[in-house]
This record gives sequence, structure tokens and C-alpha cells, in this order.
Amino acid sequence: MTNEAPPVEAEGLVKRYGEIVAVDHVDLMVEPGDVYGYLGPNGAGKTTSLRMLLGLIRPTEGAARLFGRDPLLAGARALEGVAGFVEAPQFYPYLSGRKNLELLAAYDGDSAACRIDGALDTVELADRARDKVGGYSHGMRQRLGIAAALLRDPRLLLLDEPTTGLDPPGMRDMRTLIGQLSDRGVTVLLSSHQLAEVEEMCNRVGIIRSGEIVYEGALADLKRTAGGGYRLRSTDPPRAVRVCEAQDGITQVRLDGHEVRFSAAGDDAVAALSVALVEAGVAITALAPTGATLEELFFRLTEGEESNGAGAKPSVPAEAA
Amino acid sequence: MSPNVLTVYRWELRKLRSLKRTYMGFAIAISIPLIFVIALALQSGQPEGILFGRYVRQSGFAIPLVVLIFGSVWLFPLVTSLVAGDIFASEDHNGTLKTILTRSLDRGQIFAGKVLAAASYAAFALVLMGVVAIVAGGIESGFNSLTTLSGTKVGPAKALGLVAASLGVYLLPMLSIAAIGLLLSTITRNSAAAVVGALMIALVLQIGSVIPGLEEIRPYLLPRQFDAWQGLLREPTDWAPIVRAAWVCAAYAVPCLAAAYLVFLRRDVAGG
Repeated sequence: MTNEAPPVEAEGLVKRYGEIVAVDHVDLMVEPGDVYGYLGPNGAGKTTSLRMLLGLIRPTEGAARLFGRDPLLAGARALEGVAGFVEAPQFYPYLSGRKNLELLAAYDGDSAACRIDGALDTVELADRARDKVGGYSHGMRQRLGIAAALLRDPRLLLLDEPTTGLDPPGMRDMRTLIGQLSDRGVTVLLSSHQLAEVEEMCNRVGIIRSGEIVYEGALADLKRTAGGGYRLRSTDPPRAVRVCEAQDGITQVRLDGHEVRFSAAGDDAVAALSVALVEAGVAITALAPTGATLEELFFRLTEGEESNGAGAKPSVPAEAA
Repeated sequence: MSPNVLTVYRWELRKLRSLKRTYMGFAIAISIPLIFVIALALQSGQPEGILFGRYVRQSGFAIPLVVLIFGSVWLFPLVTSLVAGDIFASEDHNGTLKTILTRSLDRGQIFAGKVLAAASYAAFALVLMGVVAIVAGGIESGFNSLTTLSGTKVGPAKALGLVAASLGVYLLPMLSIAAIGLLLSTITRNSAAAVVGALMIALVLQIGSVIPGLEEIRPYLLPRQFDAWQGLLREPTDWAPIVRAAWVCAAYAVPCLAAAYLVFLRRDVAGG
């Protein structure tokens, strides 16, 4: 990696469709060697951001640069060393997998065609390569999407929810593959709505919610700020909520169906809570710590404000790593 | 080797070879002269009230010319728009625009490659019709001298040359219709809408060329340019309609292509 511009740099990206703001002043910075997780629920604006990075759609405001080149100004040259896909990768259904790759390799030029066999082997599609893509399963298309990206011998991979729609072995293979590519020095930006996936693969994250970045930085830092979450099942959830709210060291209490969810300052606070519940006549049927889900992280990131509106703004500013 | 417009062009042709609609157009282009010749073989008499109709039994070279005349109403506009209307919209339909626009080619290169492919398809379909009509017509009526519109006779070699040149002139309005189809294909992003739309525009202009009161503008309507080749079949050659066809067709095609180019260049690829 030479001393050059960062693989991904987005400044104040905005995309408006009439009244709707799909992406609202998004700043992103992906450093060489990062596996960057771009997290957000469905419809948060991840795909729209990635499309702007790849030059597929024009930002209403702001600019995106890949290795210092703006795809809107530099056209295809901005994508040198860059590969990836947005949403499900799509191919010509009436051509075979191999023919599709041959076409894309021709569009890549240089030595891309020499990498077709290797790419097919890597994604384990060599034996189905002569079948028409129209007959491929979603998982096979996803793998073909990766193969198509590998043809470009990329230094930066932009992947939009690469494991979505895959079965568990397929997800595992995809994660392994992304890990291997990262080990080879490829910088990866992947979007996801699954926290576990991002935790497993990524060193840095950007969290987008309703088109806005609510957090950008190291995942470890985020988890530290998130604190421990718990879920409680009891015989009387409404009363349990009142007991929790009155208890010292217990915060962010909310009722989720029949479960009460809360954050605790420590084990002592939880122990005291369990006694208080029993004293209040609430029998505990289950009390367990929860891994912080993406939703809970959002909840925490937007704490102190009405967070149920689609356009709610987070009160906590984006934190730097 | 760096990819360029020719790379796109070659792959567009390969894709066309894998598509059923390609062969539908070719089947139409082949079947019309064949049906015509078979009808001639099975029946006596000849088509009346159509230029070259009474010469179809004298010379096989008259047959492609007759097909050109009645093919101008919808046959060749349909064959042309079948591919031109689909060539951009099918990328939207398959969601593949994002796939090809994230490689090493600029949008302008993809656009140019596709335009060339659509034009080549129209030309190939026309030539195919011509070859089938000449061969089938020649077998049925003989490769004999052709009577021109001026009543003079030209030998088989010159007749062949005149038919070939006529096909070339006939291609001009076809390319204009292709340009309309390409524009609709980029704007509507829907293959059926673009194919039918281009055909409808051709038909509406056709109606415009027979409505009384429009005599002033009639020579500048697109359908009239489908008759320009007849200037070649006069002695001496009447170049006026051919020259007019060249610029009138360009006047239709160039703005359509320019608009299609701008739409394609600036559009957001948000689907797929």
C-alpha cells in the first residue's frame, strides 16, 4: 500500500428523493487494511450510500472518493482497484456463470480474464460455471458476485450485505472468504444489519440510522459505551417494570412484549433487583444478560430523545474512535 | 488490453445471439419474403397497385423491392424497435446495469457499444431479408433483368447493385426508428413500453403522411423516407429524395441519441 489517499472517504454525502432524505450528511473514512462494517437496519440508507460510493447514483450534496478519486468526476478510473456489489449481485440470466464472468473480465480489461478459473474455484462454483445463471440459487449468485469482484484483483471491496439470504454454511463460507481476502491485504467495506456478523469480521464500524451516521469508530469502543443489557421474564411484567425503574443502578428499562429489558450498572445492581422483585411479589421466571443487539445499541445511541419516529435525530453525536 | 467501445459492441452482439427476441426479428425478416415467394409460386397473377408488383414474375430482383415497400408500414419498424427498445431496458429488467457500470468502462462507452449493436441488428435484419428475397425471388422468377421505374431495363448485375444500394438507403429511416427506440428504452426502462412506443411513433407518423392538409410537411416525415430508395430505380438517378432522407433521418436520430446519451449518463442506477 503506497502512501496515498484513503480507500474510502465520504464527506457530507446527502441523497434526497423529493421530500425524502435517504442519506443525510454521511461522513465515512475507511483506512487501508480495515474491515469496516457499515451497520444499519433495513432502509437506513446503507445501500444508497454504497451506490454513491460506486458512482451509480449522484449525491445531492457532498462527495465520495475512492483512493482519492471521485467516481462522478473520474468515471471508471475512480473504480481502479475497487470491486464489489450493491444489493444482490445481478447477472445476465440467459448466459452461463462463466460467460457472465468472461463478459465482466472483458469489461475490466488487462489480465482479468486470467483470473476467471481461480475466482470460480475460490467461490466453489467451478462445476456449475457452464449452467445458465437463470437457474442459480440466491446463494450461488451471491458467490458469483464475489467471483466477479475478484476478477478485478481489488485493493478495496465494497460489499452490500454479502451474507443476506445465505444458509448458515453459506454465511460461514462467505465470512471465511472475506477474512481471507482481508488477510491478503484487501480493504473491505461491508454493509450489514447483523451485529454478530460485524462483530466477527470488522475492526471498525459506522452505524447509520434514518440516513444519518450515529456512530463511527472502533466496535470495541462502541460496546464499552453500550454497557450490559439484561432481559427479565416474570409473572407480572408491568409491575416488574415499575420495580426496575425504582431500583438504583438499573437504567433504560423498557417492556418488549412479555420481557422487560434493562441495563445494569453491575452484578450487584442485578442481585439487588432480583430481591426487590421478589419482595414486590413478582416471581422471576428468567433473568439473563443479553449480548447488545443492534437495536439496543441504537436505543442507547439515541437515548434521551423520542426514538420511535422514523426521522428521529439522535441526541448523542457521532463519536470519533 | 484496455476495454473500449468495441469490447462492449462485441459483447452486446454475443448477448443478442443468446436472446430469443433476436431470432424473432430475424424470423420476421426471413419469413415475409418467403411467404411472398411461396404465394407467387402457388398462385397465378401478381400484386397490383404496388410499385414493382407487376415485375415480380419477370425478375427475382423485384421481390426485395416489393417487400421494402410494404415492409415500411410496420414490419421493419417492428424488427428495429424489437432490439433497440430492449437494449437498455433489459439491463434495468435484469438489474445488470449496476453490474456493468462498476467495471472499467465509462457510461459513454457502454452507451456507444449498445447503440452500435442496435444499429447493426437493424442492418443485419434488413440484409437478411434482402438476401432471402433475392435468392427465393431468383429461384421463383429468375435472376433476370429488372425494369426500373423509368421503364428502362437493367441487367442482373446492375439490378443486384441497385437492390443492395436500395437496402442501404432504406436503412437510414430504420436507424432513425432505432434511435427513437433507444431513447424510449433509456427513459422508460421498460422493454415492452419502449418497443411498442417506438412502433407507435412510427405508425403515428405514417398516419401523418396520409392525412390531407399536411402536404407541406409530408416530405419531412419519417415514413416518407422509407420511399427514398426509389430514386435509385430511376434513370437518371433521382438523388433528391435520397439526400433529403439522409438529413431528415439525421434530424430525427441525432436529437434522440443525444437525449438518450444524456439520460443514460446522468441517471441514477438505483434499481436491481
